[in-house]
Order: sequence, then structure tokens, then C-alpha cells
Amino acid sequence: MRINPRIVDQLVKIGLNAQAFFTVAILVAIVAIIFFKGSPYLNMEFIFSSPVDMGRHGGIFSTIVGTIFLVLLSIFVATPLGVGTAIFLTEYTKESWFTKTIRFGVESLAGIPSILYGLFGFIFFVIKLGMGWSLMAGVLTITIMILPTIIRTSEEAIKAVPRNLRIVSYSLSATKWETVTKVVLPSAGPGILTGIMLSVGRAVGETAAVIFTMGSSLRLPTSLMDSGRTMAVHFYILAREGISMEKAYATALVLVLSILLINIIAYYIMNRVTSKYS
Amino acid sequence: MIKKAFTKEHFVKYVLVAFALSSLLFLFLIFIFILAEGLPLFQKVGLKNIIFGFKWAPTKGLFGIFPMIVSSFLVTFGALIIGAPLGLSCAIYLSEYSGKRLKLFLKPALELLAGIPSVVYGFLGVIYIVPLVRNYFGGAGFSLLATSVILGVMILPTVISISFDSLMSVPKTYREGSFAMGATKWQTIYKVIIPSARSGILASFILGMGRAIGETMAVIMVAGNALRIPTSILDPLRTLTSNIALELAYATGDHRLSLFSTGVVLLVIIMTLNYIANFAIKRRVLK
Amino acid sequence: MDIKIRTEELRLSFGKAEILKGINIDVYKNRITGFMGPAGSGKSTLISIINRMIDFEDNVEITGKVFIDGEDILGGNIDDVQLRRRVGTVFAVPIPLPRSIYDNIAYGPRLKSRNERKRLWDLVVESLKKAFLWDEVKDRLGSSALKLSGGQQQRLCLARTLALEPEIILLDEPCSGLDPISTAKIEEALNELKKEYTIILVSNNTKQIARITDYAAFFYMGTLIEYGPTEKLFTNPSEKKTEDYIQGKFG
Repeated sequence: MRINPRIVDQLVKIGLNAQAFFTVAILVAIVAIIFFKGSPYLNMEFIFSSPVDMGRHGGIFSTIVGTIFLVLLSIFVATPLGVGTAIFLTEYTKESWFTKTIRFGVESLAGIPSILYGLFGFIFFVIKLGMGWSLMAGVLTITIMILPTIIRTSEEAIKAVPRNLRIVSYSLSATKWETVTKVVLPSAGPGILTGIMLSVGRAVGETAAVIFTMGSSLRLPTSLMDSGRTMAVHFYILAREGISMEKAYATALVLVLSILLINIIAYYIMNRVTSKYS
Repeated sequence: MIKKAFTKEHFVKYVLVAFALSSLLFLFLIFIFILAEGLPLFQKVGLKNIIFGFKWAPTKGLFGIFPMIVSSFLVTFGALIIGAPLGLSCAIYLSEYSGKRLKLFLKPALELLAGIPSVVYGFLGVIYIVPLVRNYFGGAGFSLLATSVILGVMILPTVISISFDSLMSVPKTYREGSFAMGATKWQTIYKVIIPSARSGILASFILGMGRAIGETMAVIMVAGNALRIPTSILDPLRTLTSNIALELAYATGDHRLSLFSTGVVLLVIIMTLNYIANFAIKRRVLK
Repeated sequence: MDIKIRTEELRLSFGKAEILKGINIDVYKNRITGFMGPAGSGKSTLISIINRMIDFEDNVEITGKVFIDGEDILGGNIDDVQLRRRVGTVFAVPIPLPRSIYDNIAYGPRLKSRNERKRLWDLVVESLKKAFLWDEVKDRLGSSALKLSGGQQQRLCLARTLALEPEIILLDEPCSGLDPISTAKIEEALNELKKEYTIILVSNNTKQIARITDYAAFFYMGTLIEYGPTEKLFTNPSEKKTEDYIQGKFG
């Protein structure tokens, strides 16, 4: 007995509808739960005071600082490396075994899970290079972790710049590097920035790679060799040790709000600058 | 034919080459150091004893990680079972049944979902999913089931966005042709669009798998960390990733080395997965 | 009459395909010379050798010599960047840079040297005047060049090259997408400019060649079929092919 295909069609439509709705519901639920459970405990004091009694009381200020230092420094190192690599691959060579090897390297790095970055960072930076659990070890590890993302998105953005803009620049007596800095990079800027923002988001939420390299000291890091705690690590410890549900929710809220803010900034950059130039 | 003197341009090129080579350098370092720490124990204790060993008691010299290997695969398949059909359905819905506005709203929404840290997923899993499993299905709640659910949700953004891109790139003419021959929407999707977007959809699944098998923090929080191979979906388990994360902070000597050995096994599995993914995708695309 | 550009047995191959098959031509100073011929005849390729933009293509083999003021620009010690300050190019499609009108014109000179602001300003104004664009944009030099019309953008491109104070200006089908009024403005500008510059105009539009060039070269399939004063070529061509082309029998 064959079911009328039209009926199947309708059933499928309802089924897909339901699943899509369900998925959206999950997302909304996640954000809503965090928001409603966390906001009662989120106030100025929470943001600007540091954890007291292992986080049972007080706020998350030192972890916010730790997060900002870690992320900013990582971006600071990874961006020139990543954009430079992208520029090299697109502007300074043709496709060859060399470029294929480099791309293979980048893709492989991208596929390595964060726990293995934690493992590597731990043995290489913390132990072998003697940095101990420190901001520096964390920064170096996170830099390598976000490098593939920056390379990929930068390459895409650079490739999207129309070829004839380069031709015009050359014909006006610019060298390759001048063309790259004055024409290509400004045009590719929004795309590159989006990739950077994506990496920032990832670094903010990263736990496994950070806890084994930067450590989890509650003190405010004041030098590169200091250990410190990021919000994500702090949240993990709060949750796992069952120290304080309220503080955990509030920290989660700050985390999610940060990610949201970062995404919004990324979109703003992408849209605003694109419209200006087209 | 035309030679140029050593200039600023050459300098720039060499600097950029060095930058590009740094990626290879880092990959090399990662492999070398993880292997350097992890391989010796295989030699000392025996490859078979580690990979096929059933008992993990590092302080007593037992480094069997077979249950964890199995558990890693189990949670990955579990995640796929939950995340792949749901993700694909959403992708189909978004590409074939929804209007422009929804599509525009979709991308940022997915990116937000993807941006939520895994520890947050794990946390919510402990608070909500684990008790749910415990109360409705029994067992401790910390289980293969709970882990699969959480991981399934976590890989949704990956599966949806890549499948979506793949479905959207199927030319309009395919759909039009199919409708012109009297097919219904679902028939068109089922017989024309999905097959044509096959490789992208497959890629999304494999990438989702990659994410699931490498996931650590969420798994630690909901899987229960039992050292036996789970016999039912309600049993707790420990994966390769949680093995490393749970013990690295305080492990010393051979114990620490065994965690690196675990890392080696994980690395091999992930690299193989990536290689299969790239190879399979490339072959299909070239076809 | 002085010879500004001379080519000697110039050949170019792109992989296996021979694009230019031994070109020998003398281009005269302060004249407008037209390169005409159907698509694929090699005229654009010839231009790209003169401005050394061909350097950016791969898989290219060039033999022969190209002399500008007696110096072989394909020789070993010519800096292509410097050359492009002497040889300016206007392309078929106007390509403004995504910045203001002023910055577009100033782009080239700023690369050259650290110009004092006054001198740069004078240069920009003068270039816009020479390109017959000044009156239309003088009140909005800070606005985006992308907002200009097609004809204005093309004159902008002309002004841009003029700002580098070149000796030679190459134009590759500059009016192909433009309306008659814009075309007329550009042709008017070229007529004035030839007093100071050596101009080569590539065009598939024989009527335009007849209108404004002093000398005309007819290229067909990589060979220079005929070259001489425009009037002669158009009233009494020596080659049958030239005559056929001008009469529109092919092209």
C-alpha cells in the first residue's frame, strides 16, 4: 500500500517544522535559564570585586582581568602571525607543494581538540620551558589554538578582494607590499576582524587548554609569569566543586553575555564597513 | 629574465614565509612533545596492555584504557544519533521551507549557540539532564545517555550550518526541474537535493564527530567517570578526554606519562578521523 | 619627430600559444597612436608589456626588445615600479579605489615621495583639470569615488595616472562602456594631453581611431599588419586586410 505522496509531504513538513522549533526552543531555554538564574546575582559588586573564600563569596573581578589579559595578548600575537600567513599564501606565492603543506599544517592544527592543546602547553611551556602555570604559558598555547581560525578567515577575506583593485594599485606604481597594506588589507579588514572576533569568543570560553597552562590561581595576575584564572575556568571550578550555585549561574551569565557582545561587535564591524565601501 | 635587487620587498617576503612556516612548526612541536611523553610508556608497559587493557589503576602500574576508548566512541556515536538527524532536519527546514528573514536571523543565532562555552553546556547538563535521566530512566543519571544528549546538542550548530551551506549551494534549477516533473517537495528533497548535497552533509557529520570525540569539559560533568565499559546507556563512563583532564593536575611519574599516552591514542584517532573526512570529501567533490 | 617607444622583434608566448609574433613598431612622441584590431589580436598584450604589468602573469615568455627613450625596458636593470610612474595606464573598466576622489588621485603621488600638502593639492587639482573632471567634482573631493557616474569614474582614472606626472599614457578601450558624451569628453581631454604626453589608445572602435589618433597601427592575430598616419590608413590602406577591417567586414 503506497501512502499518498502529498500526505507524506505534509507530514514531513510538520515533522521538520517541529524539529526546527524544538531546536530553537533549546537555544532559547539555554540562554533563558542562564539569564534568569544568573541575573539576580549579577551586579556591579560582582563584577568589580574578586572571589572570596574560593569563590563562595565576592565577585569575579580577578577572573575577568585574567580573561582579558589572556585573550588580548593571544590576539596580539596570533593576529600578525595569522594575517601574515594568509597574506603569504594568497599574495606571495602560487599554489604549489609548499602552500599545500602549509595548508595541511593549518588544517591539522584546527582539528586538534583543546584538551590536547592543554596537554601540549603543559608539557612544553609549563614544564620544559619552565614557565610554570602562568599567563605566558596560557597566551602561547591559546595563540597556537586560535591561529588556524585567523588564517582561514583572513585568507577568505583577502581572496574576496577583487583582483582589479590590485591591478590598479600596481599600475599606479605601487609595490606588492604597498598594494597589500594600502588596498588589500583595508578591503579585507572587516572579514579579518570577524575572524579575530570569532577567535576571541573561542578563547573566552576555553577551559581545558587554559586550566593546564595558565593555572587557576585566584590572585590578580600582574605579570606574565603570574598564574591566574579566567572566567571559564572559575566557572568550571565553581560548578564542579559545588561551591556556589548562585555564583556559578552569575559567572555563566557574564560568560554568555561576553560572547553575545563579541558576536554583536563582529556583526557590526562586518556590516558597517562593508556598506561604506560598496 | 628580469632580476631585481634585494629590496624591502624581499625582506617582507622572507618574514611572511617565516610566519607561514610557524604553523608547521607548531604542529611539529605538538606532535613531537606529546609523542615524546606518551610513547615511552607503550614501550615500557606494552602497547597491548595499554590499548586493550581493561583496568586503569595508574598508581598500581595498570594503564588499561580500552574502556575509555570504547566510551569515547560510544559518546560520539550517541552524539551523532541525537545531533545528526535533528541537525539535518533543521538544515533542511531552513534551506527549503523558510523565508529570507528567518535565514538572516539564523546565522547569528547559530553562531551564538556555537559560541556558548562547553562548560556551560556541561553545567546545564548536570542541573537538568542528569536528574531527568535519573528520574525517568533510572541509574545514577550520569550516563552515556546524558552525555550523548549534551554532546548531540553541542554539535548541532556545526551540523546545521555546514549542511545548510551545502543544501543552499544546490542549484535552483535542480529543484525547478524536479517540480516540473510533478514531484512533491519532500520527494524533491529526498531524491534530488539531499543526494546532491551529500558530501557537504557528510562533512558536517564527520566534523560533528570530531567535535564530540574531542570534547572534554562537558563530558567530565555529565558522564560520571566510571572506569568500566558501559553495558547500558544508563551506565556512567569515562572517555579518553576526561581521563586526561581529571588526572593531569596531580599526576606524577609514570602516571603522568600514561596521560600522555592517552593523549597519543586520542591524537591518532582524531587525525585519522580528519584524514578520512578530508579524503572522503575531496573525492566526492572531485567526482 | 622623435621616437618615444620602439619595439624590436617583440614576441610573447603564453604557454604554447604565441600571442605576439615579432612586433616592430615606432611610437612617436607627443602624438596619439591608435592600436586597433579585432579581439585577440594582441594589442592589449602589447600594452601590458610597455607598462610591465605583464610581470604579474605566470607562464609567459617574452623575447625581443622594447625601448623607451632608447633604454630597453625588458633589460636587467629596469625597476618596474619606477617604470610605471613614467607609463600610466587607463583600463577598459573604470576601477576607482574605495576611497574619496581626492585620495584616489593622491594615491600614486603619495607612493612617490612625501609630498608637502600644498604640492599634493596642486597636483590633484591640475590632474583633475587636465582630465576635464575638475568642474564636476571640485565641491566634493572628499566624497567617495564610487558615487561617480561611469564616465566620471573613467576620467577619474585618467586624472589618477596624470597625477604621477608620466611621460606616456596607455589607454585600453577606455570608452567601451561609456555614453557618447563621456566618450567625447575623454577624447577632448586626450587631444589636449597629447601636447605634453605620448599617448597610445587601444580600441576596437575604428571610428574613434579615425577621429582622434595621429598614427594608427592595425594588429591581426599577433602580427602588425599595417602602421602609418591615420589619414593614410583610413583613406588609402596598403593592405587588403586593413581595408576589410576598417570597412567592418570582420572584427
